[in-house]
Parts: sequence; structure tokens; C-alpha cells
Amino acid sequence: MVKEFELSNNEKEFILKGIKEGLRLDNRDKNEFRAIGIIFGPEYGRSEVILGNTRVLAKVSCEVIRPYPDRPNEGMITLSTELSPMAFPSIEPGRPSEEEVLVSRILEKAIKRSRAIDTEGLCIVANEKVWSIRVDIHFLDHDGNIIDAACIAAISALAHFRRPDVTVIGEEVTIHPIEQRNPVPLSILHMPICITFAFFEDGKYVVVDPTLQEEQIRQGDMTMTLNIHKELCTLSKAGGIPLEMETIIDCSRIATSKATWITEQIRAALEAEAKKLRL
Amino acid sequence: MNSKTDRMVIDQESDLKVVLPGDPIELKKKESLKLGPGLTQTQDSIICIKAGILNHSKDGKKVWVESNQKRYIPVGGESVLGIVTYKGGEFYRLDIGSAQQATLSNTAFENATKKNRPILNIGSLVYARVSSANKDMEPELECINPSTNKADGFGELEGGYVIKCSLRYCRKLLLNENSILSLLKILEQKYEFEMAIGMNGKIWIKSKTISDTIICCNIIKRAESLNSSNTNADEFKRLLKIFR
Repeated sequence: MVKEFELSNNEKEFILKGIKEGLRLDNRDKNEFRAIGIIFGPEYGRSEVILGNTRVLAKVSCEVIRPYPDRPNEGMITLSTELSPMAFPSIEPGRPSEEEVLVSRILEKAIKRSRAIDTEGLCIVANEKVWSIRVDIHFLDHDGNIIDAACIAAISALAHFRRPDVTVIGEEVTIHPIEQRNPVPLSILHMPICITFAFFEDGKYVVVDPTLQEEQIRQGDMTMTLNIHKELCTLSKAGGIPLEMETIIDCSRIATSKATWITEQIRAALEAEAKKLRL
Repeated sequence: MNSKTDRMVIDQESDLKVVLPGDPIELKKKESLKLGPGLTQTQDSIICIKAGILNHSKDGKKVWVESNQKRYIPVGGESVLGIVTYKGGEFYRLDIGSAQQATLSNTAFENATKKNRPILNIGSLVYARVSSANKDMEPELECINPSTNKADGFGELEGGYVIKCSLRYCRKLLLNENSILSLLKILEQKYEFEMAIGMNGKIWIKSKTISDTIICCNIIKRAESLNSSNTNADEFKRLLKIFR
């Protein structure tokens, strides 16, 4: 199979020269994100995020399972990512690519390990029954920076999700279908947001929210996960070039403002959706 | 076999028509007819092999089916933009967006001999002409105009940037459709630029500075979505303002 989207030397040179002059092909500043669109629905826990030409769909579902014996009162969260040739033709179906493994690891760290969801709140009967929340993330179109888009999709889908209400009387557990009783939202402790940077020329030039072309010529990348409270959840830098401490501190400054901006957008989208449902 | 009455009779002067694969097509003018992509000849009848809109040139001598597809199917004589992916002793291999990679012989350049051969590197951008395209063979390219044996603008392109457009838009640009051409003329007055249009959906643009090239790229890309009713100068001037 022909590997597509291979850039010619002319394009590589051009993008690099542009970055050096502070120009990007989509008229963005180096610290500017592409426009974000979040579409919810039609059912609870489904959100589609559009970041420029990148499109990611997240769908949350739940089921009741038996908890692990060592954590009897904690629910479970599973993240599943699927990068198919639909997003990017050179992806081979069936076998997870290096990129896919990296994306799923970062998301796992960002959402599960940062304890964004209160897992103890998912417990129904200790040792017996807990909720298992599953987030399926599908990449529909790949135009760079799928990590940030996937993170926004996952967290907004989780915030939009409602699980069926449960009543426990003695030993008896009743799960009320959504039609009978208002479903309840998950308790989200904070919203982790991923911000990805791309580095060029040994870290001299830094660009936020890289496009696919920029990703193909970058020398290194770094993803910071933080929330609106300026708490850094994870920092992942898989290979690439070594960076100066100053660069990382500069990046974290940019990341905090971006994380605030993105969180506000997610909240605004959630509010608009809630308003639509009330009408 | 379809009877003659079932055939779609097309008058080359009439309007455009939607066709589906398998549609037999009868043309009124039959002399010196050239069939383009989407049409095939079986003995004495013409059959459509692609869904799309049946188009014809003004004189009615060229007929083809147009649809918005991304996969390029090479056709002899078309100009394409390719990226060198392999460097062999006798030939280069280029990615032109078709199912198979195309070959470009070392001797298919102006003044090239076995000793005096052009040097292209992997990743070089080349503007070439499809010299032979057979559905069972790899497409072959050349960087000379066969009638004059001159380069005629073909060859390696230096600098600039490549935008990806629909094949339909590229064809429109190459056919010098008046509405778009007049827009390009306005653009040219503001920004001096060079352009190479590949029929494989790639357009190379180079202007004096990076920022000018970015503006030209964005405008030419955006002009694709202008339909014929609003491809007037005012609309274009509005685009110029947005991207400046």
C-alpha cells in the first residue's frame, strides 16, 4: 500500500520557513488553537469534537459488573481508542500503531490516573456491584493533534453522560431505566485538558496544536495535561529532542491559558446542550 | 445488449447530464471524438463506467464524466505533480496519487542522455506529463513535451507550497474556465505568483515571500467552494481582504 500524505521536500522546507517567520498555513499564531466545535447527542454521553479538520467521536456507555476483590468499592473506567484507516489512509487496520498506543496511554493517564472521575461514586454494593464506564473513542478524520481532540471529546462525553438511577433496599438492587426515572450524571472531580506542543529546530520554535503537516516535520513533541485550577496532571514527552527547562516552563504558561480557554468552551457547550433539553 | 432505443443520446450542444456506471451513451457528433475519464468504448458503443456528470468541451470533441473523487486515475497527456519516492539506476519512481506509483525515465528530460542525466532527490517535487497510462501497467511520466522535445515548464519545482484540491477543481483551472481565470488575474495583480496545476489534485504555488504564498494558497483553495454564481470579482475581493 502506498504511504500517503508523504510530504515533499518543498513542503517541508516551506512549513519550516513559515514557522521560523511566525507564519502558519492556516493564518494562526504559534500559540493559537484551531477553532473547536463540540456537538452533543442525540443520546447521553455522545460527543463529537471538531478541531480544524480533525474529528473525534467519543461515546460513553455503562454496565454493572463485579468489582476487583482488592478494590471492592470502586467502579471502573475503560478507555478504548480506535484509529482506523478512515482517519488516515496509511494506518493498517487490526494492528495498533505506535501512534495509537501513545494516544491511548496519554488519555489513560490524563483521565484515569488523574482521577477525573470519582470511581467510588460508581459503587452500588461494595464487593458485589459497581458501575463500569466505558469510553469508546473513534478518530474520524486526522489532521493533526488527535490527542487534544480526543481528550476534549472524552471528557465532554463523560460530562454529558447520564447513568441510570439505582436504589438499594437491603440486598435488593433496582436499576431504573432512563424512561422511568431521571438518570444521574457522573461526578466529575475536574476536567483534564491535553495541550500538545510541537518543537522545531532543536526546540527553538514551539508551536501549539500542530496540524498533520506540522506533525510530520516536527522534531519533538510534548503533551501537557492540566485543568482549570492550574494543576498539572501529566506531562508526557515520548522521545524527540531534549528541551531546555525554560522552554518547558514557557509551554506550561501557554498550556494553563489554553486549558482555561478550552474548559470554558466545553462548559459553554454543555450549558447550551442542557438549555436545549430543558426547552 | 441494449437496444438502440435504450441508449442515452447526447447532443454535445445540450446541457450536462447525470450518468451512472453501465449507461450506454450515444453521441450525436461522432467524428474525431476523444473519450476522457469515466467512459470506455466497446466495439462501436460508448459505455459509462463512473457515476457523475457527463461533460464535453465546447467544440463537442472531448467527452468525459466528472465526479468528485480523490483517487487519481492517470490518463495519457495529463500534467501531474509527483513526489520522488525511489531513485533507481535507470528511472525514478514518483507518487502521483494513483493506485500505483509512476515511473519517470532518466532520459525523459530535455537534453538528457545516458551520461547527462538530471539529478532528483527523494522527496523532490516534479511537474511531469503522463506519457503512457494503461490500466494494467504502471503509469509512465516524462518531463518533456513530445512534440517539441523541450522542457516546456516540466521538471523539478523549487520552493513554493503544494495545496490539495479536488480533481474537478484542477480540471476547471486547467480548462481556463473564464470565471476562475478572471479571479486569478485579480490575484496576480496583487501578488506575483507562479502556479503549476497537476491533474492529480495538487497545485503548486510559489510567490515572492512565505506570507504571499500562504495568502495565494488560501485564496485559491477557497475559490474552489465559490460556485459559478458568485465567482465574481466582488466575492473574490472579499476573500482577498479576509486573508490579507
